[in-house]
Amino acid sequence: MSSRQRNLDIVWLALFLLAVWQGLSMLAGSDTLISPIGTMRHLAELLQTERFNADMLETLRAIAAAVPGAILLGVSCGVLLGLHHRSGDVTEPMLVTLYALPKVIFYPIVLLICGLGISARITFGIIHGVFPIILFVMNAIRNIRPVTLRSARAFHLSNAQTISTIVLPAALPGIMTGVRVGTSVTLLGVLIGEMFAAKHGLGFRLMTAIDSHDQASIVAIAVLFSAFALIINAALLALSRRINRDT
Amino acid sequence: MIGRDGVIRAFIVALFVVALELACRFGMISKFTIIPPSQMFASLLDILSSKAELSQIGTSLLNIFVAALLTTIIGFFLGIGVHAVPRLRAALDPLMVSYNALPLFAFYPLFILILGVGSPPIILMGVLLGLPSMMLATMNGLDCLPPVLSKVGSVYHMSPMSQALRLKLPAAAPYLFNGIRLAIAYAFIGVIASEFILSGSGIGFGVGFAYNSFDTRTMYGLILLVVILVAVINTLLHVWDRRLESRRTR
Repeated sequence: MSSRQRNLDIVWLALFLLAVWQGLSMLAGSDTLISPIGTMRHLAELLQTERFNADMLETLRAIAAAVPGAILLGVSCGVLLGLHHRSGDVTEPMLVTLYALPKVIFYPIVLLICGLGISARITFGIIHGVFPIILFVMNAIRNIRPVTLRSARAFHLSNAQTISTIVLPAALPGIMTGVRVGTSVTLLGVLIGEMFAAKHGLGFRLMTAIDSHDQASIVAIAVLFSAFALIINAALLALSRRINRDT
Repeated sequence: MIGRDGVIRAFIVALFVVALELACRFGMISKFTIIPPSQMFASLLDILSSKAELSQIGTSLLNIFVAALLTTIIGFFLGIGVHAVPRLRAALDPLMVSYNALPLFAFYPLFILILGVGSPPIILMGVLLGLPSMMLATMNGLDCLPPVLSKVGSVYHMSPMSQALRLKLPAAAPYLFNGIRLAIAYAFIGVIASEFILSGSGIGFGVGFAYNSFDTRTMYGLILLVVILVAVINTLLHVWDRRLESRRTR
């Protein structure tokens, strides 16, 4: 199968999904489900209002703090747990459980500790994203071929040198997957945080739209946030494909 | 059965609980922020002996069960269908890879508007979260079927149906099991989070309601309940998975 045909298939599939959306909208009436074109028009209108832009900026600020935080914390914990086998074995099931927990139930605790500010949303985003990153990084490091680590010992590298010159480069593809998944989950965490107990941000706008049954805004904001998340995801995916090709 | 790792794990949990208890008792953590674990446990016992609370828990567990079951069944058949059409599978690949980037909870309000407040939109969230994982697990299972299986089947003149049931299904079982595990985890997350965001019943709703009415005690009781439920289910699935694994490599 040529890559051209594959790309064509992807376009066809996207068009098909849009057609289904349009069809459902026509079937249910545009008051129940807004059409794709109507959504775009409404989104363009929203983007011209100052308040909406301020909310979007607020969400971007929370994301800009939460994503690096989750990555930094996740990668460093993952590296340590990946290198020390016993700690890794002991903590892995606990981390899996923490990953599988519905993190929303911790939101009240986060609010009680951080207060009703942007720091609560940032913390909440990090709580969501950090566990998948730890798990992916830990597994990536455990799957490094033992001979690579043995060569580090043969060269008498210090621990810091081993990590920076051997472990991180060798585990980079796996780490990138963790970073990509973790980033998406962090974005979702920030959004959910905003949906509950916030006075700014896209999540807050989403909740106001529910209260006023403003269906057009709900779909427009959801589509906007999805597009944003998908673009970040595609960029990270392209980056990790490039890394995989180089190594 | 419980190895040294398990003992260390139990020790870490116990240490954490005791440290939290002491920090709360000696006022290092305000009792308005976190209550001591012993009180959380007492609150959990109160919740478990109250009929009203039990019916809330029952609602959530039923929703989670239905969501996990639907995810497993729909994901399994969609996985088989997509696996049969390689072109469709290749076209779906970008969507599958970036699926977890989609903020599905942003669409929950829309589902409420269409389906109404209640179980249907909540179950839908649980299903949507886990569906691709189950599909991927099914397709992985089908990919890894050794061709020798269908040769064995034709040697024994088995019908396609009995080949599928008696040869292919058991061979793909570990992969399917992995998918079911994820389906259960996502059903938990989808159902509880949806209840928390907007609904009129369930554990997630209970946590939000207790928080909003400053009932910290009930809130922590319910949080403890969710943590214990997820930990127990995960451990059971983990043990079962190990057993399947050891049978396969024997």
